[in-house]
Amino acid sequence: MASETTTEGNYTKPLPRLKGMTGEWFGWLKKHELRFQKCTGCGHWRHVPRELCPECGSDGWEWARSSGKGKLYTWTTTYRPMHPSFTEVPFAQVVIEMEEGPRVLSHIVGTGVEELDFDMPVEVIFDDVTPEVTLAKFRKSGG
Amino acid sequence: MTTLKDQACIVGIGETEYYRKPGSGMSELKLMLQASQRAIADAGLKVSDIDGLMVPILGGTAEDFAANLGIENLRYAAQVNMGGAAPVASLQTAAMVVANGIADYVLVPAGWNGYSGVRAREITEADIEFQLGHTARDYYLPFGFNAPPQWYSVMARRHMHDYQTPPEALGAIAVACRKHAQFSEKAIMRGKPLTMEDYLASGWISEPYRLFDCSLETDGAAAVIVTTPERAKALTGHAPIYISGVAEGHPYPADDIINRPDMFTIGLTHAAPKAYEMAGIGPEDMDFAQIYDCFTFEVLQQIEEAGFCARGEGAGFVRDGAIELGGKLPINTHGGLLSEAHILGMTHITEAVRQLRHEAGDRQVEGARAGLVTGWGDFGDGSLAVLTRK
Repeated sequence: MASETTTEGNYTKPLPRLKGMTGEWFGWLKKHELRFQKCTGCGHWRHVPRELCPECGSDGWEWARSSGKGKLYTWTTTYRPMHPSFTEVPFAQVVIEMEEGPRVLSHIVGTGVEELDFDMPVEVIFDDVTPEVTLAKFRKSGG
Repeated sequence: MTTLKDQACIVGIGETEYYRKPGSGMSELKLMLQASQRAIADAGLKVSDIDGLMVPILGGTAEDFAANLGIENLRYAAQVNMGGAAPVASLQTAAMVVANGIADYVLVPAGWNGYSGVRAREITEADIEFQLGHTARDYYLPFGFNAPPQWYSVMARRHMHDYQTPPEALGAIAVACRKHAQFSEKAIMRGKPLTMEDYLASGWISEPYRLFDCSLETDGAAAVIVTTPERAKALTGHAPIYISGVAEGHPYPADDIINRPDMFTIGLTHAAPKAYEMAGIGPEDMDFAQIYDCFTFEVLQQIEEAGFCARGEGAGFVRDGAIELGGKLPINTHGGLLSEAHILGMTHITEAVRQLRHEAGDRQVEGARAGLVTGWGDFGDGSLAVLTRK
């Protein structure tokens, strides 16, 4: 999908640095695929990217594709701007627990802050905020 | 087995004035130097006695302190990078240092221009990377999740859901700290009492945090001096206050507040039992607790994780004045970060010492002999000290 909040060329919010494994993770998002590291030793899914599996110690892993489905684990609703680039309050920062286990910090698009609820089912959408960077955001799904 | 139990004492405390508008007019280093000089004088020591330094998380280097204070023979300096948990965790390191003869008198300062300098909500990308790591920089900041009330309120909201913790529980903490600030001559909120109705009517900052869930932004500094019990007994100005139990703890993973197997297991969860075991006394023996109160829920959470009640029972614990002076566990008897001043946790230590010296004036917990002080930093780093008088 196209970015809901900006038009190309004037995106002023902070961007991730596309280096190392972080660059790889966001590289998949640019292809509109949400993937997480999955240990080839024990099968444990992890996020954020790490060198080693914290469960078994293996340094073997693959970028395994997520179903993109998850549920709202918790959130905060920012009413007082805390950053000069995020002044359109109120807005919610959400913690999404994916079906595979990892949790992701993100935004929910298309649902007002008053409608958010615990365990609300969501699915990933891809917001191409710049030509280089795509952010994984979420929208309410049918459940 | 060797132990740090009662191997070190706090013998000097010092504080600056606390400032809001227009600010201190001093550098952060100058504030800390002033507090350090006052702590050295309070101990009855000379600057030349100081030979160890716990370097604060911001505002000055070991070299800055030694050169400005005139410490000609600095034998040990180290820094604990645990944000607001650093002052109490630094007591642990200072105790290790003096107990092993590496240095004799260790200065532990902290302070900042939290009002007139860079405020938490104005944190830069470089600061986020430096203080909190690349997870916060690359995975949180692009979503505007960059400030402490946001980070911690996601935990608060989940706790309120899982344990039916009502807003009035957080309000009870705000009200208690404000009540105690009325007895602190230097408290920013002295003369400004707060009721539960005022609390519930205050506006959202980062829901579920309201304005009065949030600590003050202030300028100021404080410092303490740590030495051995033998040296402490030779100083006659004040009763020596013993570090009877002390520990630090780190949540897992420490750099990612949302991907923890159990969101409520924090550094203090690990540190508290260790400190109690060392001290040989437990939460039921504490005459007071100075609990790092960056936000109200963090106090509730630490009350639970420090073992004053079971997880999820904090709301029941804090009601009906239980945490106010005269209650079963007075907390933050100086008003805390919420209502006295935000000095990064160092004034929780100076207040604990003042209470145990029985020099706390109108807010004295009568006959106090044992008290707890905690620190909270970054994404849930924790530290805890059991302080006693003999």
